[in-house]
Amino acid sequence: MALLTVKNLTKSFGGLTAVSDVNMAIEPGELVGLIGPNGAGKTTLFNLLTGVYEPTTGKILLNTNGKEREIQGQKPYRICGEGIARTFQNIRLFKELTVLDNVRIAMHQNVKYQMLPGAFFHTPGYVKEEERLKKEAEELLDIFQLTHKKDEKAKNLPYGEQRHLEIVRAMATKPDLLLLDEPAAGMNPKETAALTQTIAQLRRDFGLTILLIEHDMSLVMKVCERIYVLNYGQMLAQGLPEEIRNNKLVIEAYLGEDMNA
Amino acid sequence: MEIRQMRKRNTVIALILMIGSFALIQALIMGGVIRSYQQVTLATICINIILAVGLNLVTGFTGQFSLGHAGFMAIGAYACAIITLKNGSVAGFLLGILAGAVLATVFGILIGIPTLRLKGDYLAIATLGFAEIIRIFAQNLTITGGAAGLNGIPKFTNWPWLWAFTCLSILLVNAFIHSSHGRACIAIREDEIAAEAMGINTTKYKVMAFAIGAFFAGIGGALYASTFYILKPTTFGFMKSIDILMIVVLGGMGSITGSVIAAVVLAVITTALQSFSELRMVLYAVMLVAIMLFRPQGLMGDRELPLPSEWKNRRKKQPQSAAE
Repeated sequence: MALLTVKNLTKSFGGLTAVSDVNMAIEPGELVGLIGPNGAGKTTLFNLLTGVYEPTTGKILLNTNGKEREIQGQKPYRICGEGIARTFQNIRLFKELTVLDNVRIAMHQNVKYQMLPGAFFHTPGYVKEEERLKKEAEELLDIFQLTHKKDEKAKNLPYGEQRHLEIVRAMATKPDLLLLDEPAAGMNPKETAALTQTIAQLRRDFGLTILLIEHDMSLVMKVCERIYVLNYGQMLAQGLPEEIRNNKLVIEAYLGEDMNA
Repeated sequence: MEIRQMRKRNTVIALILMIGSFALIQALIMGGVIRSYQQVTLATICINIILAVGLNLVTGFTGQFSLGHAGFMAIGAYACAIITLKNGSVAGFLLGILAGAVLATVFGILIGIPTLRLKGDYLAIATLGFAEIIRIFAQNLTITGGAAGLNGIPKFTNWPWLWAFTCLSILLVNAFIHSSHGRACIAIREDEIAAEAMGINTTKYKVMAFAIGAFFAGIGGALYASTFYILKPTTFGFMKSIDILMIVVLGGMGSITGSVIAAVVLAVITTALQSFSELRMVLYAVMLVAIMLFRPQGLMGDRELPLPSEWKNRRKKQPQSAAE
């Protein structure tokens, strides 16, 4: 049974239909790519999946812990709690906070002590839990070799590491499904290659399902098992990387119809 | 282990500061250096610290711009005044403070739920409106004495009580900031969309911060009533909210030690300028403009006062930030 099922999803902003009648199904453990020209509606689709927007029509079904439920239109923090985490296209770290705090904040929904008495009186339960948070955050930071920078402010990290930190932060919410919005944007080929490896490793080590938006075709073709192509809000094609590479409609959408004219 | 060690160190430092400040002021009072006139300034400082620390949680840490703090202060003040007028014992005084704080919290939640959907300027104006509503109610209800206010409120506040409540407020807010729930609030200030995407119920924590801020405003108001004998609705106008906000902004949004320092500095300046009667407010304003021009992030920015053991690290880091 699919982990995530999207049924006839549509989102209109006034007269503009940004996402139109989209269907998707993502199986557990898959690494799926979502590509499409600029303005195709990829990020809008992400925003629908994570609750930033409410769909005009259609359903989003999530199947974790053996039960399937509708999650469309729920608040983002609830959807995060249900097991979908994301990164942002334009980095949205907590810039003025330390690297460690960025990760610990994402762990908040699983914190065991309460506001009273734990948070106000720093009970033994608080101390134990804070130690666990710190340890687990450092373990996650280790994936991207960021542990030694844990006390630096997020805004002082180099660009590539900020992107890594966004992924670590999303991982800290313990997701079943990870949505990556252009994780390699602005990276050089070497950095992209390293990121490709790490994403594959993340999936192996954590049993994650990943859906990623990406413009860098070398990354998409290398890591994704299946690809969805969006154009003008509609699902243009889906299939294996090889099929997509040779799909006439996709080539037209990316390169323009007049290619042979 | 690191967390435990840090806690141990912080507890020791807090104890030294608390006992030291208590002993110093107590000695000055007993030695006659601080007379009854300066004791009023002392009380003002303590009350302002409590108010500012609470508002800092709302405005500085959670990033929600509120101009209604005086409204919650008024609730605390009137609640405590009414109770101590009926029951003029220490038990009545403590009950009054508790009632004032709880009542202010309830109003904080009630006002927070509708207004905290708003952002920035809109939120500021909405909170200002609610504070005015509270003031107007105080002006027209019989239980609050109408426009004449309440007189002859028994005085219980002295240095030990003020000291205890000030320390309690600082310790509790500081503890909250350094918890996961406090970090959730700070995340809202940093980036509300990202915070919500990371599983934080932003509405809940905004209302919570607002309610905690109101709780301490209630305590501050209750102590105010007990210190100054009389309450008038005009005391809790728009300017009072601005006064508190000024302490927070001057001290640095998101710095508790900043709020404490600013509360002391502003009170001392006001007292020192007392002899320049007409020029006083002008000088005060000029000083504020100057501080905002030369140090817009406030005295402390979002840092806390560094401990002696941290001085070395800060000096080492400075060349780096200068090179940026």
